[in-house]
Amino acid sequence: MQAIHKTIFLSMLLLGLGLGVGVAQNAGASSGYPTSKNDFTHSEQRGHGLYLRYCVGCHGDLGDGEGENAPYIDPKPRNFALAIFRCRSTPTGTLPTDQDLEDSVERGLVNSNMPSWRPTMPYDRKDLVAYIKTFSPRWKTEKPGTPIEIPAEPEVTPERVKAGETLFQKLECWKCHGVEGRGNGPSADTLTDDQNRPIKAFNFHDGTRFKCGSTDRDLYKIFMTGLDGSPMPSFVDNVKPDEAWDLVFYLRTLQPMKTKAKMIAKQLGLRPINPAGASAQPPANPENK
Amino acid sequence: MQMGFLNKRSAGSCFLFAALVLTLFVLADSGTAYAIPAFARKYGLPCSACHEAWPKLNSFGQTFKDNGYQLMNDRDAPIWQNPSYWPVAMRITPHWHYESAGRQSVDNPADPAGPQIEKTINTSGFDLTGIDILTGGTLAKNISFLLVPSIDPGDGTVGFESANVRFDNIHGSPWLNVKFGKFELDGPLSEKRMMSFSNVGGAYLFFHFLPAVTDTNDFTFGENQLGVEWMGHSLNDHTRFAISMVSSTNGNLGLVGGRSYDGHIHISQGFMAGKLGLQRVGAYFASGLRPTFFLQSAGADLPGTGQGNRSFYRAGAYGSLYLGRFDVTGVFQRASDNVFLANGVPANDAGSLPAGAQGVLWNTGTFEAHYTYSPKLFFLVRYELARITRQPVAGLSPSDLGNADVITVGYRYYPFMHSRAGLAWHQEFATELTRHTSGSGLDQRTSSYFMGLDFAF
Repeated sequence: MQAIHKTIFLSMLLLGLGLGVGVAQNAGASSGYPTSKNDFTHSEQRGHGLYLRYCVGCHGDLGDGEGENAPYIDPKPRNFALAIFRCRSTPTGTLPTDQDLEDSVERGLVNSNMPSWRPTMPYDRKDLVAYIKTFSPRWKTEKPGTPIEIPAEPEVTPERVKAGETLFQKLECWKCHGVEGRGNGPSADTLTDDQNRPIKAFNFHDGTRFKCGSTDRDLYKIFMTGLDGSPMPSFVDNVKPDEAWDLVFYLRTLQPMKTKAKMIAKQLGLRPINPAGASAQPPANPENK
Repeated sequence: MQMGFLNKRSAGSCFLFAALVLTLFVLADSGTAYAIPAFARKYGLPCSACHEAWPKLNSFGQTFKDNGYQLMNDRDAPIWQNPSYWPVAMRITPHWHYESAGRQSVDNPADPAGPQIEKTINTSGFDLTGIDILTGGTLAKNISFLLVPSIDPGDGTVGFESANVRFDNIHGSPWLNVKFGKFELDGPLSEKRMMSFSNVGGAYLFFHFLPAVTDTNDFTFGENQLGVEWMGHSLNDHTRFAISMVSSTNGNLGLVGGRSYDGHIHISQGFMAGKLGLQRVGAYFASGLRPTFFLQSAGADLPGTGQGNRSFYRAGAYGSLYLGRFDVTGVFQRASDNVFLANGVPANDAGSLPAGAQGVLWNTGTFEAHYTYSPKLFFLVRYELARITRQPVAGLSPSDLGNADVITVGYRYYPFMHSRAGLAWHQEFATELTRHTSGSGLDQRTSSYFMGLDFAF
């Protein structure tokens, strides 16, 4: 009996040791899959392991957004090989900062399958970003853009809300987002992303979060930097920094949240804009489209 | 006899050799792996996103669970799913196991009418675990459910391990989540996501230990209970609490036991420790009443009429420490059962208590360490001990009667985890020593060796 016990125990021990030694030949990454070193830095190598753990199902082995779950996902996962990112603090056409990418990973992307990875460790997200940057040669030849300057947020006033409404009409935001900001403007059905895939305009009535954040500053950044890879352009050449805040305040009146801007809009009796020269009025209810 | 023993040992060695070859084969074939069980299938995430190595949750998976099986990414409501999506997964583990139970009292084959003798009973063979059918997800945004019918592979009977509905993030607050139905009490370690399976190592001692065979308290921490739970957590899930009130039926249906309720509270706090990872400390307390006798009809107990309630409690503190890929959890628990429960005597018949009868007190310690080399390779070592500090009868000798020590070692290897399925090669050895519990008052050792294929799809 004792002999059998010993045989079993020693076999287990040997098996365990053998496995441990066998796989230890391959450099590992804590909390991730073991990966070979290749030319990776320590951070990239660790990020590779984490990428395989968390991201590969959607973004794919090659980072091209063609993971095994990609066919079932709408909107489609980001193609890291293109190095085009929507959520940036940098001017349109430039690469985002590492912090921009880490923020996106931490925050998640609203109205998509990309969840918030806040429960992961900050250094995990840093390593993930380091690895994501290995998918495109752009990161070797270009530097991230310089983050735009965002002036201090002014006080919300009726004049600013009204000015924001005027900008909303003048910049023709309504063409995509609709006169009420419901994402049902006359151009909404024609929108495609940079890979020619249909894309929806943001519906401000859908929630309090945006694709790239939830604060006033985030909203400011979105239309001053644009969402690269989508039809949403940067308005930095058309809008002065101070005016941009007016637009922020007006857009806040469209959202289902209690804000000072919304209260002001109610007092002003703001109604949906009536764009002069609009060839077709959008339907009142997008669900009936 | 000797020949038979040799054959058995030879067969065992052959089997171990075959297992070694199989393991090395699958190891050699290891490539990038993914896993998509029912929840992962819904969200398109690999199994490893939520599990350090399934079924053990990582911090992302724990947050997902605490959010009501929601990623909080606007794709949680069922309306976002393809109509063909069916939130069901199944799990079973065909295995080979070897069991050894020391110093069992058996009739003497040479003298069946004479006194019993003690013998170590060894047996081995192929077997199956119960089949878990895991269904869960959301009924609507912020209304989640879990239903786990479990089929006994022996007689085919079906039980319900879990059946609950949870209202999540009430008034938009993560601190307000209410669960109703049958569920696992929120504890320092989950027996439902245990990384060990064997007869000895497949249950936590601190959940199940009782100090004497006469103890009639059926409360078992590890069994899912029927009741209601209020659970809250911070957005990053570092702060967690759960308060439960459950029927005193130990999860059994039909209200056949007492008519009281058990209470349970668990609070924990996680904190970052540099690059070591998320550390957690916590404390819990469970208390309740159990009937000591029933109303009777024609001498038979009437279900649901339990009376003479007497109290018990379980109180513990723990810490989970992470050092990169290595983690260790230590749990200390203090437990007590009332004198009537401990001695199995009805509270209306105090005269039947043995001289020196007293309530029992005992402490348990659990130390569980894991080394997660990767989501595909996971090592486990556990040591548990139970020490009775006050026996049910004063002056009972020896004083360490019933004390227990359990050691479990094992590993799991996941050769592949393709979409919609996961497979693990599992090997484990566990041994338990209980003091002076054999018929002759000697120590008893019980051991299990387990190896099998754990799969879920």
